[in-house]
Amino acid sequence: MPEELRVTIDGKRCSGRRGQTILEVAEENGIWIPTLCYDPRMAPYGACRLCLVEVEGARALMPACHAEITPDMVVRTENKRINSIRRTVIELLLSDHPVDCMTCESAGSCRLQDLAYNYGVKESSFKGETHSYHLLDDNPLIERDLDKCILCGRCVRICEEVVGAGVYGFVARGFDSIVSTPYDHPLEESPCLFCGQCVSTCPVGALTSKLSKGKGRPWELKQTDTVCPYCGVGCTLTLWTRDNEVVNVTAPVDKGVNRGNLCIKGRFGWQYISSSERLKYPMIRGKDGKLRKATWEKAISTVAERLTEIVKENGPDAVCGLASARCTNEENYLFQKFMRAVVGTNNVDHCARL
Amino acid sequence: MSKKTRVVVGLATCGIAAGGVSVMDELRREIKKRKLNVELAETGCIGYCFAEVLVEVEKAGMPKVTYGDITTKDVPELVETHLVQRKIWREKVLLIEGRKTAEADFLKRQKRIVLRNCGLIDPESMRDYMKKGGYEGLKKALTKMAPEEVRAEVLAAGLRGRGGAGFPTGQKWDFCARAEGADKYIVCNADEGDPGAFMDRSVLEGDPHAVIEGMIIGGYAIGATHGYIYCRAEYPLAVKRLRLAIREATRKRFLGKNILGSGYSLDIIVKEGAGAFVCGEETAMMASIEGSRGMPLPRPPFPANKGIWGMPTNINNVETFANVPWIIRNGARKYAAIGTGGSKGTKVFCLTGKVRRGGLAEVAMGTTLRDVIFGVGGGIKEGRNFKAVQIGGPSGGCLPAALLDTPVDYDSLPAAGAIMGSGGMVIVDDTTCMVDLAKYFLTFTQMESCGKCIPCRVGTKRMLEVLIRICEGRGVPGDIGLLERLAYDVKDASLCALGGTAPNPVLTTLRYFKDEYKAHIFDKKCPAGLCVDLVTFHIEPDKCTGCGVCVRNCPSDSITGEKKEPHVIDIETCIRCRECLRRCRFDAVYTV
Repeated sequence: MPEELRVTIDGKRCSGRRGQTILEVAEENGIWIPTLCYDPRMAPYGACRLCLVEVEGARALMPACHAEITPDMVVRTENKRINSIRRTVIELLLSDHPVDCMTCESAGSCRLQDLAYNYGVKESSFKGETHSYHLLDDNPLIERDLDKCILCGRCVRICEEVVGAGVYGFVARGFDSIVSTPYDHPLEESPCLFCGQCVSTCPVGALTSKLSKGKGRPWELKQTDTVCPYCGVGCTLTLWTRDNEVVNVTAPVDKGVNRGNLCIKGRFGWQYISSSERLKYPMIRGKDGKLRKATWEKAISTVAERLTEIVKENGPDAVCGLASARCTNEENYLFQKFMRAVVGTNNVDHCARL
Repeated sequence: MSKKTRVVVGLATCGIAAGGVSVMDELRREIKKRKLNVELAETGCIGYCFAEVLVEVEKAGMPKVTYGDITTKDVPELVETHLVQRKIWREKVLLIEGRKTAEADFLKRQKRIVLRNCGLIDPESMRDYMKKGGYEGLKKALTKMAPEEVRAEVLAAGLRGRGGAGFPTGQKWDFCARAEGADKYIVCNADEGDPGAFMDRSVLEGDPHAVIEGMIIGGYAIGATHGYIYCRAEYPLAVKRLRLAIREATRKRFLGKNILGSGYSLDIIVKEGAGAFVCGEETAMMASIEGSRGMPLPRPPFPANKGIWGMPTNINNVETFANVPWIIRNGARKYAAIGTGGSKGTKVFCLTGKVRRGGLAEVAMGTTLRDVIFGVGGGIKEGRNFKAVQIGGPSGGCLPAALLDTPVDYDSLPAAGAIMGSGGMVIVDDTTCMVDLAKYFLTFTQMESCGKCIPCRVGTKRMLEVLIRICEGRGVPGDIGLLERLAYDVKDASLCALGGTAPNPVLTTLRYFKDEYKAHIFDKKCPAGLCVDLVTFHIEPDKCTGCGVCVRNCPSDSITGEKKEPHVIDIETCIRCRECLRRCRFDAVYTV
C-alpha cells in the first residue's frame, strides 16, 4: 500500500496516496477541477490547461491532472488569476468552434458547453480566422466533424494507449493542427476496429455515433446500467432508451470490469433489439422445408427426439455441438458436459475458435 | 627555415553563402597558374560575418593579414600584391596582426572562450584542434578526476545553461548522475532556431571537436551510456563536420569502448531534426529522438529522472558543452573569475539587424549592451539612431535605448523584461516599427507552435491577428487591453517555454513603446513610417533636384515633374512600394 499523504485543497484537509495526482485526490474529496483533455483511462496529457491550480511554494501554476501530490502540499483550485486563465482558454476554444449547440449531437453531454456555462462565457472576446473542414462521413458508424475538434488528443491517445490500433495522429502545426488518419484515408481503410472508443472519450461533438444521430437529447433519455450480452467478459453498459427503445449505448468509466471501454459489438451492435426481423420464439422446419412457429416445450422435445434417433442410428460421434460466445463460462461448461455425458461425444467446439 | 606561406579562407555557412567556395577555387587556380608554393586551407567562422568572404594570409617576414569582402574578381590582385610583390593590399584590409585598424575593435573587445578556435583552425582537422590543446581537458577528466570531481569543478566554475534558461550546469549533472536507470543519455541540443541566431552553428562548423569533447566529459561526469547530438537538418555543414569529428575521435579512442583506458565508454549519434522550432524544447526533443512527433510534455518528471525511453537524460546546449573542456583544462577558478556574481564566463551573441559590424561577439558576462552593440558592433549602420535591441530571439524582449547600460547577465536582463536566451541580438534603428517587429516575432512563434496546448495554439494566433489589424490601421480602442490580457494568460498557462515566452516581444514593446501602438490605433499613423497601410509618400520640394530617378523606378507611374524641377507623388495611385524612398540620393522622399 503506497504511503498516505496529507494535503490541503481549498482549505480542506484531504488524504491521498503517494503517486496520486492533485486531480485524483481532489475528485475523491468532492472538489471539482475543470478538465477537457483528461480521461482516467489514459495517461495524463496536460494540454488543455484548464486544470491549472496554484500550489503553495511552486513557481508556476501546475496542471492538476499531471502533478503528483507531495507531503503537506497546499493547493488552491481557484483564484482570480486561475479563473481568468480558464475563461481565456474557453474563449479561445470558442473563437474557432461552431457555436451550433442547437443542432449539435453532443449538446447536453458536451464538456465545452458545460464549461462555458460554468464560467459564464456567453461569447468569445477573440474574433479571427476560423476553420471550415468537410464533415467526414465515410463509414456507417462514426462521424467526424473537425470543425468541432478541440485537439485535446483524447481520441489519439485512447486509440494508441488503450485500443492499441493507433488510427489517429496529429497532422500540421499550431493553429492548423488537425487529427487525422494515416495519409488522411477514410477510417475503413485505416487500422480502425470501429470500437468507438474515440467516440466515447471525445468531450465535444467532433466524434459522434451515427446510429444515435437525431434520436434524442441526453436529458430526454432514460439511462439503465446493464451487462453486455455479447460475451462472457460481462462489460457494464449504459443503455440510453426513449419510449422503451434503445437509442445509444455507452459505458461508465467508473464501473464494471471494463471501466468505460467497449468493443464494436457492445457499443454499436444494439440495433437488433428493436429489429422487426428479430427471432423471438423457436421455429421448427417441417417436412416441406418451411419454418413454423412452435412452443419451447415442443422445440426442446423435437431436439431431444432427433438427437436420440441420430445417436441410435449412427453413434454419438455423428453429433457435434457448437457453443456460443454469448453464453457465460458456466453455460458453456454445462453445454460440454451435456455433449460428453448425455450425448456421449467429444465433438464440442465454440464459435470463438472459428 | 622560413615558414610556408599559408592562405586561409573562411568557409563556414556564412562564408559559403557569400561566395567563399568560388573565391577558394579562384585562389587555387591563380596560385597554380603562377606556380606559387602556397598552402591553401579553410577554416570556420571567425565572426566577421559583415565582411565575408574573409581571406587570411600568413607569409614569412610579413604580419598576418585578414582581408575582407573578397570576391573572385579580387583574387588576381590579392595574389599579385601580397604573395608576389610582398606588399599589403590596403584596399581590402580588415585586420593586420598587431596593428590598429578600424575593425580591430571587433575582436579586441571580445573575450573568446567558446569561440577560442573558431576561424583559427581547420574544423575538419583533428590535428589542428589538438595542437590548440584539444582533448587535454578530456584526458585530465578521465585519467585524473573522478566523475564527482568533474561535476564539482563545473559547479564551482559557475557555468550556467547557455540554451537560454541559465540553469547551473553542474547541478543539472548532479541530478542526472544521482538518478537511477539502466541506461543514461547525454544529449547536445543543437536545434538552434531563433531568427537571427547562429552561435551554435558557428561553433559546430568552426570547432566541432570542442562540443564533442565537452559531451564526453559531461557523459563521464554523469555516467552516460549513450550520446546524441540533436542537430537541425538545416545545418548540413555542421552535421557533416560533426560526423567527421565523431569518426576521427572514435579512431583516436576518445569515443567508443574504454576511452583512454579509463573504463568509461560512450558513443555519440548525430540525430537530425525535421524542421520544428519546438524540438529545441527538451521534452519535445526527446520525443523526436524517440521517433515521435515533437510535442512537449509537462514537467516534472524532469528529463534527469525520466527522459529518453524513460531513462535519466541530461540535455545541454552546444555553447555549454564548448565551455566544458576549457573549464577542465584551465580550472574552475580561472573561469569563475570572468563575469559577474551570478553569471560566470562569457556569452556568445549574434549581432544582426541594423548594426554596422554584424557577426559573432563573445563577451564576458556583465558587459553592457552598449559595449556589445557600439563597442564590438561598431554602432548603427548608415549613421542612423539606435532604437531597440531584441535579445533572446522570439522568446526574448525588446529593450530601448534607455536600457543600453544594462549588463548582459542572467539577472539583469530578466529584470528588464528580456532574457539572456540563446544569444540572438537583433538591433533595430529608427526606421523599424516596433509593432511590426512584435508582429514579426509572433508570426514566427505562432507558426512554430506545435498545437498541443490551447493558450499557445489559439492564443498566439489571436494575438497575431490583433497585431496585424493594428499594423493595417484597423486597430480599435481596447486592442491594447486585449493584447495584454492574452499575453499574460498565454505566458502563464502555456505548457512549454515556447508558448510561455512567445508573448515577450509583445509585452516588452508594449512596456517600452506603447506610444507607437497608440499612434497606430488612435491616429492611424506609423511613427517609423513602415506600416504600408498607414503611410503616404511625399517629396520635399527643397531637396528634390528633379533628377528623375524616382520617376524611372516608380512601378505605378505615380510620380510626375519636369526635369530639374521638384517632383510630386500622387498618393492616390501610389502603391507604397518604397522604391522612390530607397532610390532617392538626396533624401527628398519622406513618409507621413
